[in-house]
Amino acid sequence: MLAALLGGAMIGLSASILLVVDGRVAGISGIVGGLVEPRPGAVGWRVAFLGGLFVGAALLAWGLPSTVAPRGSSLPIPWVALSGLLVGFGTQLGSGCTSGHGVCGLSRLSTRSLVAVCAFMGTAAVTTFLLRHVLQVTR
Amino acid sequence: MKQHVVAAVAGVIFALGLGLSGMTNPDKILGFLDATGRWDPSLLLVMVGAIGVHLGPAQWALRARRPLLADDFERPLQTTVDGALVSGAVLFGIGWGAVGYCPGPALVDLVAPSGSLLIFVGAMVVGTALYRYGRRLRLAAGHAKPIEPGAAT
Repeated sequence: MLAALLGGAMIGLSASILLVVDGRVAGISGIVGGLVEPRPGAVGWRVAFLGGLFVGAALLAWGLPSTVAPRGSSLPIPWVALSGLLVGFGTQLGSGCTSGHGVCGLSRLSTRSLVAVCAFMGTAAVTTFLLRHVLQVTR
Repeated sequence: MKQHVVAAVAGVIFALGLGLSGMTNPDKILGFLDATGRWDPSLLLVMVGAIGVHLGPAQWALRARRPLLADDFERPLQTTVDGALVSGAVLFGIGWGAVGYCPGPALVDLVAPSGSLLIFVGAMVVGTALYRYGRRLRLAAGHAKPIEPGAAT
C-alpha cells in the first residue's frame, strides 16, 4: 500500500518536473503519438523522455526485477493484438491515457479528463468482468 | 539541451514510479479493475499519490506565463467534451481491461518482454499510426477539423 502511494508520488513528481521546467505534459500516449507522427521541434524532448523511461525500466530490472518480470497474458493472441490496436487508436482519438488524463488532466481539474477517466475506468472494469466471469477467457 | 536532460530525468522517475507502485504488473491492474473478486484497491492510492503531488504544480502552470526552461506551455487545444473524447476513452478502456496494460507500463515492461507484450506494443503503435495518418488523410480530403490532437485533453 505504501509502495503504491510512494510510486504514485514519483509519477506526480515526474509530471511536475516536465511541466514546470519544460512546459510539457507527461502523457505517454501523447508522447508516443508525437513520435509516430513527428513534427519539427516536437521530437527531441519526447525521445529524451522515452530514453529516460527505458533507463528507469533497466534500473527496475536490476534493482526490483519482480516489478518488470515477464507476464504472459492468458488472453488468446489475436485478442491481445486487438487490445493493443484499441489502446493505440483509442488513446489518440480520446487525446490521452491513464497518465495524460488520469494524472495530468485531473490535476488541472479538466472536465474533459474527468469524463475520459470515468469512461475508460468504467469500460475497463466492465471488460475485465465480462472476460473473467462471463466469457471466462482470462483468469 | 538542458530541456532534454530534464525530460530524460523525468522519464527515469516516471518509470521507477510505475514499477514501485505496481502499475507494471498487469495482473495487479486486472485485480483492481475486477471489483467482484478480491478487489485490490492499491492502484487508487497510485492516483492519490500522483495527483497529490502534481495538483499544485499543475495549478501553478495554468497561471504562470512560461515554464522555467522553455518558451511556452503545451496547452490542450480542445476544451469541450465531445464524441471523440468519449468514444476514444471507451475503446482504450476495452483494450486496457482486456490485457491490463495502458501505454506507460507496457513500454516499461519491454525491458523484459513476454511474447504477448511484444504483440501488444506492436499493435498499440499500429493503432496509434492508424489514427494519426487516418486523420491526416481525412484532413487532406476536407473531412476533419484541423485540430492538433494534444498530448492530453
